[in-house]
Amino acid sequence: MANALLEMRGITKVYPNGVVANKDVEFSLREGEIHAIAGENGAGKSTLMKIMFGMESPSEGELYIRGEQVKLQSPQDAIDRGIGMVHQHFMLVPSFTVAENMVLGMEPRKGVGFNVGEAVRLTEATARKYNLAVNAKAKVEDLSVGMKQKVEILKALVRGAKILILDEPTAVLTPQETEELFRELQQLKEQGHTIVFISHKLKEVKAICDRITIMRGGRSEGVFETREVTEQEISRLMVGRDVVLKYDKSTIPHGKPVLTVDRLNVSDSQGKALLSEISFSVREGQIVGIAGVEGNGQTQLIEALTGGLRGVTGSGSVRVKGEEIRELDILDIRNLGVSYIPEDRMRQGSAGEASIADNLISTRYRQKDMNKGPFLHGSKIAALASALVEEFKVRCSGPQQPIGMLSGGNMQKVVVARECSTNPQLLIAEQPTRGVDIGAAQFIHQKLLELRSGNCATLLVSADLNEILELSDSLLVMYEGQIVAYFDHPSAVSEEELGLYMLGINRQDKEQTGRAVNHV
Amino acid sequence: MFRVKYFEAIRTAAVIIIALVIAFLVISLVSDHPVKTIGIFLWEPLSTKGHIGNVIEMAIPLMFTGLAVSLLFRANMFNLGAEGIFYFSGVVTTVLAIHLSLNSWLHPLVAILAGSIVGALLSAIPGILKAKWNANELVTSLMFNNILFGVGLYLLNYHLRDAKAFANVSFKFEKTAQLSKLFTGTRIHTGLIIVLVLIVLAHLFLYRTKWGYELRMTGVNREFARYSGMKTAKVIIMVHLIAGFIAGMGGSVEVLGMYSRFQWTSLPGYGMDGALVAMLAKNNPLSVIVSALFLAYIRIGADMMARLSDVPSEMISIIQAVIILLISAEQFLKFWKNRMLLKEAKEA
Repeated sequence: MANALLEMRGITKVYPNGVVANKDVEFSLREGEIHAIAGENGAGKSTLMKIMFGMESPSEGELYIRGEQVKLQSPQDAIDRGIGMVHQHFMLVPSFTVAENMVLGMEPRKGVGFNVGEAVRLTEATARKYNLAVNAKAKVEDLSVGMKQKVEILKALVRGAKILILDEPTAVLTPQETEELFRELQQLKEQGHTIVFISHKLKEVKAICDRITIMRGGRSEGVFETREVTEQEISRLMVGRDVVLKYDKSTIPHGKPVLTVDRLNVSDSQGKALLSEISFSVREGQIVGIAGVEGNGQTQLIEALTGGLRGVTGSGSVRVKGEEIRELDILDIRNLGVSYIPEDRMRQGSAGEASIADNLISTRYRQKDMNKGPFLHGSKIAALASALVEEFKVRCSGPQQPIGMLSGGNMQKVVVARECSTNPQLLIAEQPTRGVDIGAAQFIHQKLLELRSGNCATLLVSADLNEILELSDSLLVMYEGQIVAYFDHPSAVSEEELGLYMLGINRQDKEQTGRAVNHV
Repeated sequence: MFRVKYFEAIRTAAVIIIALVIAFLVISLVSDHPVKTIGIFLWEPLSTKGHIGNVIEMAIPLMFTGLAVSLLFRANMFNLGAEGIFYFSGVVTTVLAIHLSLNSWLHPLVAILAGSIVGALLSAIPGILKAKWNANELVTSLMFNNILFGVGLYLLNYHLRDAKAFANVSFKFEKTAQLSKLFTGTRIHTGLIIVLVLIVLAHLFLYRTKWGYELRMTGVNREFARYSGMKTAKVIIMVHLIAGFIAGMGGSVEVLGMYSRFQWTSLPGYGMDGALVAMLAKNNPLSVIVSALFLAYIRIGADMMARLSDVPSEMISIIQAVIILLISAEQFLKFWKNRMLLKEAKEA
């Protein structure tokens, strides 16, 4: 291919823990296009990009830039060759200003010192050149997520990037911010930049990309002109089957309240309010969703419900089945029938080096039927583990395989299997499908709905608007530690409308949000 | 995954072979008769019943401390306090061995149990400091080693010392306190049986009971254990109690099994060796038996070499240093593992 700006041939990558992330992948990039890489999580998109950016070296395969074979030893090599990357989790120093972050590692000097004026001038010049408005003197920690992303893009551009790799750039953005990002990307394209856009959101891929490379299971499924394929075709290639984005939810009567939060206030050690006047309830057979931009008190709310509130200053009450849980420890709360799917499956949700079976029994190994005299009941545990692995379709070599060797989606299935199989009366699900492929996400959604049919009360906290609108019976929106909106028919709410509440532009009155307590 | 599964075992074997080869190279440079010297080093420890006995005698305390350290490492506690506890429990046992008068069955039992319990209680202190205030267990346990040694030496000098003996040693133990020998012609004592039983119990505890499960999960990911509802602070204190008990018992058994007076005027070093044994055993209780025997074997080999040839026994430090260095070097042989992984991935 004569006009290929960048080409990857026969890329195979095996990680030291045995995970095969890429298998014989071909990829080629034309100058001046926006090229999407779509695929479920664990399909190998991120790995391929890390190889392109010199962060990982491939086990096998070659990389060509303008027809010349290159070996990238480090991100610096990639930057020198005009490749820039915007990571999913921003690589910025929060306590530095925008200008300081921009010139990090290439600081302009004045004698032996750092030339602040020049850094600001450079930042402003670059921002003007690319028409990306930022405040060079603002501290990064004070910026919104969308702004931080702009800084990341500028950071790559100021280093001379002609090829920009964006890893799931819209995952943390509101619909409004996403639109703005797309306008900026179009502009960059017109100025001659080439953009690689990693995503598993098909609408966005269709909206902005010229070509699309689809990945599945570490292999490339082919390259397509975006306008020639439909969303259905793309998703079929990604998952290997048709995807239904709607769920059939039976209407079931909601029973007694299981979780009742009454005028909960929590503040941090400096006295800054993290949660104020939070009141709501979750009833049997009801899924209550909480939407909101990350960092608006959801984390603290969940901590309060799962035993993290001991010794924290605050007022109000949190009751599960009528029992106050504020001073209970995690074990006592779990014994009340509370299950919890944590946001971070690596840090909290699993023990990486331990086997799948060991991970599955961590909340029930104390139970009488799991023990025989002083010993754990080995055969019973093995049977339980095999049954759960089968029921939850965990792809693995067996229950004795270390969980750390599984892909993200399968690991999450193990976590969900553990939490859903103990007959919970209250399930707290925090980002249950983050970073999980569509197939696994659908499976997890089905399980949540099954529990709902079994009269389990569910509190669902998620940044995935599609998920939360589709699954919830009632929906709360959180902004700066407060409940700013309540909807009793979430499926009738549009993502744009929700976005206005999430950004704090709109808010409902007290009477409206107060309905979260009795759902009438 | 099958060949990759054996990677750790193969790696350990490769480390030991490399260490031995380096030892042989050094011996070749130093010795006038290198072949003969290497022969002594490798063969002498196994040549007679008495020498085999020496190896096993030395392996007994190594198994005790190796087991104690393995359990701590399993809980992800880098605690090296077995050294001081081993010493101090020996002192406690000495007091009872001198001053109690009981029959020959009860006397060692009481003396050893007392040493073990004191060991457990002392070990709990760094454990509590870690569990409650997150004080680094490596620092506290190392400082404890010094404290315990100081106090132990004070007791030996001012309260236990036999002025009639011509060295800084304690009064003689009562005959009833000493452990009996198992085999004539060797000094292998009943402590061997005690430690083997203890190792099997520890294996069952670690892999078959709910407390062992809590210990392992806390070690792999404390945050996960906490989230699951385990009381990880309790687990950490528990593993310290158990490890202190085992290390203390090791010191007590060693004193009553091998000596008739207490005579350590410096730390005997078994606690630190326990860390090496645990590393070689990959923190598996049953593997502690093999790795303790191996370490004892090369130690005795070095002693024999020093006695019968022109190479000093300090030689052994080189081997140990190389082993520790390579085992803890995670990248060692990684390229080979990566190549195996690639091959297996292609076959799959």
